[in-house]
Amino acid sequence: MTEAILTGLVVFVLASFVGFEVINKVPPTLHTPLMSGSNAISGIAVVGAMIIAGPKDTSLTVVLGLIAVVLATVNVVGGFLVTDRMLQMFKKKEVKA
Amino acid sequence: MSNNLQIVAYIIASALFILSLGGLSNQETARKGNLYGMAGMLIALTATLLGQGVSHYSLLVGVLLPGGMIGAIVASRVVMTAMPQLVAILHSFVGVAAVLVGIANYLQPNSTLVGAEATIHQLEIFIGSFIGAVTFTGSVVAFAKLQELIGSRPLLLPARHWLNLALLGITVGLGVQFMTTPLIAGLTPLLIMIAIACLLGAHLVLAIGGADMPVVISMLNSYSGWAAAAAGFMLSNDLLIITGALVGSSGAILSYIMCKAMNRSFLSVILGGFGSNSNQSLPGVDQPQGRVTATTIEDTVKLMQTAGRIIIVPGYGMAVAQAQHALAALTKLLRDRGIQVRYGIHPVAGRLPGHMNVLLAEANVPYDIVLEMDEINSDFPQTDLVLVIGANDTVNPSAIEDPNSPIAGMPVLEVWQAKTIVVLKRSLASGYAGVENPLFTKDNTRMLFGDAKSNVELILTQLNPHPVAVLT
Repeated sequence: MTEAILTGLVVFVLASFVGFEVINKVPPTLHTPLMSGSNAISGIAVVGAMIIAGPKDTSLTVVLGLIAVVLATVNVVGGFLVTDRMLQMFKKKEVKA
Repeated sequence: MSNNLQIVAYIIASALFILSLGGLSNQETARKGNLYGMAGMLIALTATLLGQGVSHYSLLVGVLLPGGMIGAIVASRVVMTAMPQLVAILHSFVGVAAVLVGIANYLQPNSTLVGAEATIHQLEIFIGSFIGAVTFTGSVVAFAKLQELIGSRPLLLPARHWLNLALLGITVGLGVQFMTTPLIAGLTPLLIMIAIACLLGAHLVLAIGGADMPVVISMLNSYSGWAAAAAGFMLSNDLLIITGALVGSSGAILSYIMCKAMNRSFLSVILGGFGSNSNQSLPGVDQPQGRVTATTIEDTVKLMQTAGRIIIVPGYGMAVAQAQHALAALTKLLRDRGIQVRYGIHPVAGRLPGHMNVLLAEANVPYDIVLEMDEINSDFPQTDLVLVIGANDTVNPSAIEDPNSPIAGMPVLEVWQAKTIVVLKRSLASGYAGVENPLFTKDNTRMLFGDAKSNVELILTQLNPHPVAVLT
């Protein structure tokens, strides 16, 4: 377990740096899609919620997990779709107005 | 699905998320990036569903479907001017999910953990629930402000910094109590802490004014990432840790970019209270010194007909008035007549980073004429006419000329260097920063009062005596 924590920390720090590097050069035009896109990705919490809600019993923990699954799913699906909608508009701009 | 296979799937999903963020940072690859994100999420969900310990399939699918449907409906209905609210409320969901995962994780004690490991695990639960709760109420308050359910002016309680510190202190105290209480008995301090974290989150965002919303939103985005990462630590799930850290750090860097654009430190934005010394709510008090020259639609049209180069500077007011479509039609008309029309966008215009760009994109304004502040600022002296639509603080000359101004040092669009400026505005009220704007009294500034959308539409009809469906 202690080992798991340490690996977790390594992974965490490295991933943070990747995040910094990847986003550093993003043009302001794309800030909004980036925000809603990364928001959708942070809906990954759904995975945690599913693990909690997974066991086949009906304890309080499962109920809590299920609520979390619903909320995180709204976040994931809504975030990705609205990002796509926005990016579609950016695409269309190549047609000269 | 075996454990190893699940790990492989999680690695693939993590890689796809990195590719997704990378793709989103470039105009050409943005849509592909979003698709990568969707694919990654699909892989992650499938791997989790098929993984060990998850067997409640019918029930899980039963809640995934309605959740997904709600998300899809919201995403397809939302208008682009309401994007800031949507992003804010979605952040709050991640916050709640993290809190619920935290509580559930605590109620489901892992008996294999003893000694230091159990302590670390408890700490993870405590911190994760704290971040989740702050994200939750912070986002809800941000949503309420953006939706105008509550006023967007900062709420400044007396000794609010001390209040924040006190709340933090209580949190730490509860943490100690939580850690030292065996098993389920620690639930009480955990729940009290969550309530206090909720208070803290709400109070922090309440104290931040409307103009700082772009920073708040990206900050909450960052928090929602950290919350997901904390949930990952609780569950020892690397995928959650990686993804949470990615989102957390990308949100943090965005907040930093926003702060730099306002020439303010991150801390001063987060602690809030900017623009609180103003008295803009009292009519008459904030009338700028000097003479304001009002103008009419007819005169504006004449100015446009004689201009060769026009720059349009939109702000939050354009979003409020929903003027982007009329503006796009005007742009097209002017460009068809051979007039150079460009847009100048301040990095913090609007209530969401990049808000203006999305609205203009929605209205089909070609993106090659929508320029950033740095790209266009040197062109103002050669510009015949600048149309300022619903922008205020971002075009305020006192940021450069008056070292005592609250916004001194903030980079602004130097519109006043153009030959003529027409400011479309409802009234003479100050912007969100509550700072007077000497631009309005400059000799080459004309004020066109009234609703931005109807004014632009009136200009359109005057410019174009034969309206060949310009508005479509």
